[in-house]
Amino acid sequence: MNQDTISPRDAQWREELRKAHTPKQRREIPRVKMAELPPSYRVSCNEEVNQGLSAEQAVLEATRCLDCPNPTCVQGCPVGINIPGFVKNIERGDFPAAAATLRETSALPAVCGRVCPQERQCESKCIYNKMNLPAVAIGYLERFAADTANEAASRGEAPIPPCAAANGKRVAVVGSGPAALSFAGDMARRGYEVEVFEALHEIGGVLKYGIPEFRLPNKVVDIEIDALRTAGVKFMANCVVGKTLGYDDLMSRGFDGVFVASGAGLPRFMGIPGENAIGVMSSNEYLTRINLMGAGRPGWATPVIKGKRVAVVGAGNTAMDSCRTARRMGAEEVYIVYRRSEAEMPARVEEVRHAKEEGVTFLTLHNPIEYLTDESGRVKAMRLQRMELGEPDASGRRSPVPIEGDIVEMPVDEVIVSVGVSPNPLVPDSIEGLEVTRRGTLVVNEETLETTLPLLYAGGDIVRGGATVILAMGDGRRAAAAMDARLSQK
Amino acid sequence: MNKILSKEYFSEKVVKLVVEAPLIAKARRPGHFVIVICDEKGERIPLTIADADVKKGTITLVVQAIGASTAQICAKEAGEYLHDVVGPLGRATDIRDYGTVVCCGGGVGVAPLLPILAAMKQAGNRVVAVLAARTRDLIILEEEVRRHADEVIIMTDDGSYGRKGLVTDGVEEVIKREKVDLVCTIGPAIMMKFVSLLTKKYEVPTICSLNTIMVDGTGMCGACRVTVGGKMRFVCVDGPEFDAHQVDFDEMLTRLRSY
Repeated sequence: MNQDTISPRDAQWREELRKAHTPKQRREIPRVKMAELPPSYRVSCNEEVNQGLSAEQAVLEATRCLDCPNPTCVQGCPVGINIPGFVKNIERGDFPAAAATLRETSALPAVCGRVCPQERQCESKCIYNKMNLPAVAIGYLERFAADTANEAASRGEAPIPPCAAANGKRVAVVGSGPAALSFAGDMARRGYEVEVFEALHEIGGVLKYGIPEFRLPNKVVDIEIDALRTAGVKFMANCVVGKTLGYDDLMSRGFDGVFVASGAGLPRFMGIPGENAIGVMSSNEYLTRINLMGAGRPGWATPVIKGKRVAVVGAGNTAMDSCRTARRMGAEEVYIVYRRSEAEMPARVEEVRHAKEEGVTFLTLHNPIEYLTDESGRVKAMRLQRMELGEPDASGRRSPVPIEGDIVEMPVDEVIVSVGVSPNPLVPDSIEGLEVTRRGTLVVNEETLETTLPLLYAGGDIVRGGATVILAMGDGRRAAAAMDARLSQK
Repeated sequence: MNKILSKEYFSEKVVKLVVEAPLIAKARRPGHFVIVICDEKGERIPLTIADADVKKGTITLVVQAIGASTAQICAKEAGEYLHDVVGPLGRATDIRDYGTVVCCGGGVGVAPLLPILAAMKQAGNRVVAVLAARTRDLIILEEEVRRHADEVIIMTDDGSYGRKGLVTDGVEEVIKREKVDLVCTIGPAIMMKFVSLLTKKYEVPTICSLNTIMVDGTGMCGACRVTVGGKMRFVCVDGPEFDAHQVDFDEMLTRLRSY
């Protein structure tokens, strides 16, 4: 855990708080239920499904936490957030201190509180699991603390975190997703002049073009971006590094260091017959048209195909975002088509539950092998190979094996392929001397995240290949610390 | 926001815009394109770059009003702004001394062809230009092309200017007459398909510049995917130029009708 946390376990207030209730009393409190919009209403709009906790709910949920001497939840957090520290601040009603404790480690708590797979991270390590009790709702509490602080800030009631005096050094950031934003924030606070270069016309990367409004409202992301602007970070949209400006251009503009966080932009396809039919598209295309370009909203020029029978291939979070978006775009029947069984699905449990509540049908152990088209080239059906589970594969999951001869045909008028993404080669290709792995990810020093070129650092999906917001965020912070240490020596 | 410095009508539906974009002007090479968003709620439209002036910090776009968004761009006046312009995107043309290069363009395809043609000439090639359009009024940039090309052949469908016939007639005439080392073709997909079929017959290497549907233009969405030599390629990052003989034009023509 962070050594210099503002909320140490041996603080007097925490010792008193631990004595306020017995462990038995804490265990007897039932886990809070997040208020959600009813499924029938939410498929008619784009409003955020999860409504957040009230202050009373949050304090009660925080009271459940036993404040363990050896908090295993922290080990489950990819970036080691001081979880009991922020949770206990909620219990005592000091919400600003809770948010400040989160900020010690996380640059984007309001985002991570919404999109982290907590049930596989912190909450999976909560001591309550061993007692057969539901884990403390750490994700909900994180969101509560972050939102409360953001609301206070928007009323001008919260202090703006101070920045160190300008140190005269300048750093460039390539991309504006979670890794980039965290890096930018940390460097600005350390006194650097930070300039962010984004290829798209909007700042926010995957948080804007990928994750839909009903799961992560844009205003939550904009609060973070505005905070960075206040801290002096400059943003330049419509600038493709590697095209508009080369690496050499950045160097000649006098940047002392560069952080590349250009993401895993390239969609994968399956390479099966008919995949280029009209109506078959990547989840990136589908979600970008709708989330970023406003397709389907009145007055916006970008079109999108609105199928009546939509199949989404894959079962990750992006697949869930796509199928739930399809319902909101008016699809009558929406299917998740997945070659393994539900137990192997990579999506968050909550996303799967929300998709089911919204009427999405799960067709597991089915793998598309061909798309059939009508005379105008539009997809009209897909052929599916039925599968069964065999031996565990390299990922530890039972591998899907085709059942010979068992092929079914399903009529569909739109297919969204959501089988993963590869690193975008645009930036790596444009910088000479940069070492790239066989998968197209950038080679970095695992501790410092420095690439094979001096003072060029990289993090997020361009290094990891397709991971989570929190890991990207953690990379941004780690790279900032390492680059600062390096530049301070000079 | 990028300011439109001047506007000129080539025909009723084709305009030339000179747009302020200093970084793009500096970085662009023949073959590159940009993506333009006309206003706040606009679509991302890929447009090839016809020319650039590094000193003035401008790029030249030639836009044909074929849909709602391109019509909106064409309706903008000098002094007004385009909401977003990003680029240069795609891979630049491989400019070398091939020998004799035939550059054939149809309609507004002549605009992006012009910088390629000029660069090919400068690299030492003999350059024969074949410009084609439905009718006389739709032949654009003839004077500029003449400045660089060793010979210019004009073809119109109705015979109102130059010779009556299709672009392929003009190209075939040159191939029959002299040794051609490379054909560059830019224009409507259907035109490029037939140029490609012709040059395949004569085994003349041919590159085409594809203008497919795109969203981001940086490899992220895959809307622009085409089949080249049996493999899936993205026009935005792998192209826009490809070996025309390997392109599945029929699939591309179908995909252009997506919306």
